[in-house]
Amino acid sequence: MTVLLQFLETWWVQLVCGVVIVAVVPLIAGYVVLVERKLMADMQARLGPMRVGPHGLLQPIADALKLLIKEDIIPRDADALIFWLAPVLSMTAALTSMGAIYFGPSFRVAEDINIGILFIIGVSSLGFLGIILGGWASNSHYSIIGAVRSTAQLVSYETAGGLAIISALLLSGTLRVSAIVDAQASNHMWFIFMAPVGFFTYLVASIAETNRAPFDLPEAESELVAGYMTEYSGFRWALYFLGEYANMIVVASIATTLFLGGWLRPFPNVHWLNWIDLLPPLVIAAVGAYCVYRAGKQPVKVQVWFMWAVALSCFAIAVLYVLPWLVQPLRFALPGLNGAFWFLLKISGYIYIFMWLRFTLPRYRFDQLMHLGWYILIPLAIVNVFAVGVALLLEAEFGWNRWIAMIVTTACTLAVSIYLVRLQDKRSAAASSATAVTSDSYAG
Amino acid sequence: MLDSILFYFFAGVAVLSAALMVTRRNIMHSAVFLVTTLLAIAGIFLQLRAEFLFITQIIVYVGGIMVLFIFVIMLVRLDVALHRVRFRLQKFVASLVVLALALELVVILALADKLPASLFMKESVAANHLPPNSEALAGSLFSSYLLPFEIASVLLLVAMVGAVVMAKSRRRSEES
Repeated sequence: MTVLLQFLETWWVQLVCGVVIVAVVPLIAGYVVLVERKLMADMQARLGPMRVGPHGLLQPIADALKLLIKEDIIPRDADALIFWLAPVLSMTAALTSMGAIYFGPSFRVAEDINIGILFIIGVSSLGFLGIILGGWASNSHYSIIGAVRSTAQLVSYETAGGLAIISALLLSGTLRVSAIVDAQASNHMWFIFMAPVGFFTYLVASIAETNRAPFDLPEAESELVAGYMTEYSGFRWALYFLGEYANMIVVASIATTLFLGGWLRPFPNVHWLNWIDLLPPLVIAAVGAYCVYRAGKQPVKVQVWFMWAVALSCFAIAVLYVLPWLVQPLRFALPGLNGAFWFLLKISGYIYIFMWLRFTLPRYRFDQLMHLGWYILIPLAIVNVFAVGVALLLEAEFGWNRWIAMIVTTACTLAVSIYLVRLQDKRSAAASSATAVTSDSYAG
Repeated sequence: MLDSILFYFFAGVAVLSAALMVTRRNIMHSAVFLVTTLLAIAGIFLQLRAEFLFITQIIVYVGGIMVLFIFVIMLVRLDVALHRVRFRLQKFVASLVVLALALELVVILALADKLPASLFMKESVAANHLPPNSEALAGSLFSSYLLPFEIASVLLLVAMVGAVVMAKSRRRSEES
């Protein structure tokens, strides 16, 4: 008993933060889905969900309720134990890895872990076991093909993603999440500008790792119904879905931390731009004002109320942001609040790119996916690691200007990438002239 | 106190799931229990403050090797493969290995007092005062043990290239 009390006394902050993450992430994931549907509707010139709440703002809650009360089906021939385990594993991995993410200089769950970035990547990659096991346990052809595709895709693209991360780790020289962001502050530059090829490689690899279009072959609905999730229904399906969107947030946070400067505002060290710190409350207040403007145009009274509620909560958050400026004793909270704002803004931007690509690009064929991974991305990532290393060496040993070294090596990497694409074009042209139909054992 | 609770929890999970891994008839269940064992061992590493080893265990064994194991299990038709004649001496070899390991354990436990303490640990440091071990590991790998490290990596590269060449030549001979 005393041990338990001692444990609680030492770790209660972390425990509370963990509970908050488990409680809030499903809600956030639901609203990410809503934003995705709205964006898709906008890009396809329609309205999207409009019925539940004003502009469909309550749609995620209705969806979650529907999924909770749906019948839970376990197929007769399924392997019950693994069928039960798989979605839980998928979601647990994604939520656990969130524990090590810094959402701002002071917003974090775990202590400053020495191997932070490896922890996030390693634990979130466990989620794939959930996908593979779920696909196998369903005992259905669509599921197992989805699972096999997912494994092959994971093995190929995790290699490229890992190598892309190394380029940023080389620049920062540490695995500690907070130190990586500090390194970008002391370099006066986000690492995306120093290793643009690394960022691009990670972007592509992370889309493939989260199974999103144009790389969503494990769940390609035109070929595999829903891939590894075909046999799942109700709450278990919701767990998979939650894991997938939580994984998106994790991947976006990794990219933000490593390449986009984490919680740093734009131009963190330029003093005459300090007014940028005033932007967060202004932006939030502007959103609130827009809600007030829309409230007058709502047709139903409930919707007017809801619009006002959203507007008022926006104003409340804006006041929360302004308060540290006005009250001297609260000044300590300012960096944390601003950091969280910029971090979440960058994550949202990254996820927006995901959605944008999803609505723009058609799905890859499986052999194209494998060719892109193995013949272009992985060699490119290896060359990029090499190039960043050479640039650091040129700076440290030969006294080159850092910028000249970075630009020269990036140009070399780009030349290599052009060569790789040319080579791939030639190879595929030769292959298509040799055989009209190429067979692929993974394509199913 | 907390440390020992964590140790006994992880050790118990590891032993239990290792036993289940051997006794299950369903090969996929065995694989899942192997994953559990590996994760529990990673937990023991973390309890010993070896955080780099902990995450390497998870990334390499659970995230890499086990994924490939399960991949192969899914591709093999189990109902056919299980009825093939298996390696008959398996039980004999396994019991020999177990005997050797048990003997080793008994000898070490019996001689623990007589052996010099320096054999087990250089100096005892309080667990929460250990230096961060990814830095320590990088320091020793890339300075004092650079040559063995490079030799090992070249060896691995040769093995990898060799595997690719063998797979390719087999496919070519099948085609012709």
